[in-house]
Amino acid sequence: MSNGQASTPPPAVHAEGVVKRFGPTVALDQVGITVAVGDSHALVGRNGAGKSTLVSVLTGLHAPDAGRVAFNGEPAPAPGDTAAWQARVACVYQKSMVVPELTVAENLFLNRFERGRIRWSRLRADARDLLAEYGVDVDPATRAADLTVEQGQFVEIARALSFGARFIILDEPTAQLDAAGIERLFTKLRELQQQGVAFLFISHHLQEVYDLCSTVTVYRDARHILTAPVAELGKADLVAAMTGEAAQAATTWHAKSSPAQQPAEPAAGDTVLRAEGLALDGVFQPIDFAVRAGEVLGLAGATASGNTALGETLVGLRKATGGSASVDGRGVRPGSVPHALNAGIGYVPEDRHRQGLVLGRSVAENATLTVTDQLGPYGTVLPSRTRTFAQRMIDSLDIKTSGPAQPVSDLSGGNQQKVVIARALARDPRVLVAIRPTAGVDVKSKDALLGVVRGVADRGDAAVIVSDELDDLRVCDRVIALFHGRVIAEFGSGWTDRDLVSAMEGLPAGAGGDKGAEE
Amino acid sequence: MSETTQLSADLAVTGTPRTAAPRFQLSRYRDLSLIPVIFVLGVIGFIVSPVFLTSDNLIGVLQQSSELSLLVLAEAMILICGRMDLSLESTIGVAPVIAMWLVLPSSGPATFHGIGLFPTWSSIPVCLAVGLVIGAVNGFLILKLRVNGFIATLGMLTMLRGLQDGVAQGKSIVAVPASFSYLGKTEWMGAPAAVWICLLLFVAGGLALGYLRHGRALYAIGGNTEAARAAGIRVDRITWIVLALGGLIAAFAGVLYAGHYGAISATQGDGWIFQVFAATVIGGVSLNGGRGTLFGALTGVVSLQLVVNVTTLGGVPPLWDKFLYGAIIIVALIISRFASGEKQD
Repeated sequence: MSNGQASTPPPAVHAEGVVKRFGPTVALDQVGITVAVGDSHALVGRNGAGKSTLVSVLTGLHAPDAGRVAFNGEPAPAPGDTAAWQARVACVYQKSMVVPELTVAENLFLNRFERGRIRWSRLRADARDLLAEYGVDVDPATRAADLTVEQGQFVEIARALSFGARFIILDEPTAQLDAAGIERLFTKLRELQQQGVAFLFISHHLQEVYDLCSTVTVYRDARHILTAPVAELGKADLVAAMTGEAAQAATTWHAKSSPAQQPAEPAAGDTVLRAEGLALDGVFQPIDFAVRAGEVLGLAGATASGNTALGETLVGLRKATGGSASVDGRGVRPGSVPHALNAGIGYVPEDRHRQGLVLGRSVAENATLTVTDQLGPYGTVLPSRTRTFAQRMIDSLDIKTSGPAQPVSDLSGGNQQKVVIARALARDPRVLVAIRPTAGVDVKSKDALLGVVRGVADRGDAAVIVSDELDDLRVCDRVIALFHGRVIAEFGSGWTDRDLVSAMEGLPAGAGGDKGAEE
Repeated sequence: MSETTQLSADLAVTGTPRTAAPRFQLSRYRDLSLIPVIFVLGVIGFIVSPVFLTSDNLIGVLQQSSELSLLVLAEAMILICGRMDLSLESTIGVAPVIAMWLVLPSSGPATFHGIGLFPTWSSIPVCLAVGLVIGAVNGFLILKLRVNGFIATLGMLTMLRGLQDGVAQGKSIVAVPASFSYLGKTEWMGAPAAVWICLLLFVAGGLALGYLRHGRALYAIGGNTEAARAAGIRVDRITWIVLALGGLIAAFAGVLYAGHYGAISATQGDGWIFQVFAATVIGGVSLNGGRGTLFGALTGVVSLQLVVNVTTLGGVPPLWDKFLYGAIIIVALIISRFASGEKQD
């Protein structure tokens, strides 16, 4: 900005050789990114690619362990100098960071009011000028909570620009917007680009990258893979860069496809779990599917696809607004976990800390939480029987613990997750519903956990895995991919990473949605 | 925090389970942590006054604690399942008054006249039913209407105190039926019946929380409501039952209190809730739910009462009692904060 419009102004942001470690994990490995002034730059990558770590490095939340970051040719401010960072860069998160109970005007000038008493009329007038400068049509006297999602984002962008920042990071800004809202947001972003504002756009929706951005950078496994003009990069190549599947590396292990696939038309009565027109308003559309005995079904989908909600509906945590589910032909009462349990549905929840475990209590107590009715007569829970039951679970799942009495908070992530699975298996479920069962566990535990899920199917019951992790979905016999609450594709077990990722990112065309599915 | 605990877990796996053993004992020890305090208070009491170690004095302390301990029992169960009920201190007063209003005849020589709806012998069951209803109303407010539990029960506290003043016209009810005052007055095996009853209820409650599936469920609900719900525990139903049971126990404490003092005082239970919370918290029950035992809560009550008894015997004027209660709460909180190493938000 200070240099005026020179022939080649230095890039709005330039990072190179950035390394960031969290303990033994390398979150960013020698990565770089360069965003030109007035450019709209997309950053894409699968979960764990390092996108959010880069965002925290670029916004000054984390200091990199190595590497340089520069804004407009000047080195980045010292860590902790919030004002200096705010004057250079801002990030608009998918969740609004405004204070909902305060007015738009107060949010805009939060913590930088004039000295002395606050003159409300002046404040509102200043806010109105500020919003008008960036063409944001919002009344500064409105409560922030009453704004629509996209208005809230506009206010945040205007606030960031008013600090002097000319580089704005948008983290999944369209996740909660409808089509018209996305269009308005993009129009606004293009206007601001004309004024020289640069954007780094992070999205799971690849189509949006093609609609909005001129350059795209791909990260994978904490490394920089490529940076290219969007116009020169085909969608297939982009997905290939994200998955790292260059030449159809079909060596990766899949659920054994031959014997299980043969009876493609299952015999009647063979179906364990059946969903008919199951729907949750505003989250996912009516969906039909059936899971046969001995089968693992994958429900794939990115964060806002509704696959998690579908899993939670199956186990009774959410009440379906339409349709029905049945186990072995008997209907399951919607919205009741005890009924789902009694119907034979076991549940491995998404977040073990939030829904899975009572962290302060022992392994035994957590593992037997669903079977307290079987541990003694007349509603009693006998400690000896609890210990025996838990010990059996510890042995059969190979949970690394000093004993059933150890608090579950002392276990490692993988072993905690095994306790959660033990709890789900304790009732010998007819169908196991597991939501992201390997989130945050190490590779060895991952294989063990997925082996347990596979084992449920192999002993003649059924399993459903809800996940966006390709490794989780690889143990499935069949995968249904959801996107924005709708089924977008269905695959047999021979799918390629590229096809499935394209489907989850909302690009079924070209990838050939049914390519991997066998009749 | 999690890093280090994870490390210790790994060590435990590679070697013998020895590393985890001390940890287990420590968590067990937490429930007994007030036992030495009680012992020290006993020694101080012995030094301060020869009266302290007489059975009359000690039984007096126990009898004084009995009504308070019942409220602590109720509050401990409610706190373990992650809720709180401030209105217990009003329930102890208003439940007996309403019971009297319902059973006492509408005319006669007594100063207080009721409506005589139920026979006199039913005064205790009626009183308990009133407590149950109050607890159920709390549950309705908190669980069905989803209003803030603290404010809702604070409102109930004030409202019920006002109801008692209105019904009893601000006066104490002296003429209570003999059946009503029997339990609080009589002695069994050399000690007041109230003491035995409290002990019995604590034992029953402790067993229920330790060995009944619905009792264990309280810890799961208080420790992580979402996990309990995902495990198929009927969270709302059980919480509601606990709140109603809390009201019932508070009403029963009112019965004992009325028998003990021979009248239903107009200020019965007034201001007790602070002592109830103090005793429960220094007894090791977590305000965030999911942790603590009834035994710990009981030692909390006894410690609190012993401090007051010892200071009284030591000649500290009773006007300083409130100061002492407050100081004990603060000191106990600081000790438990650093003993457990956990922040209390």
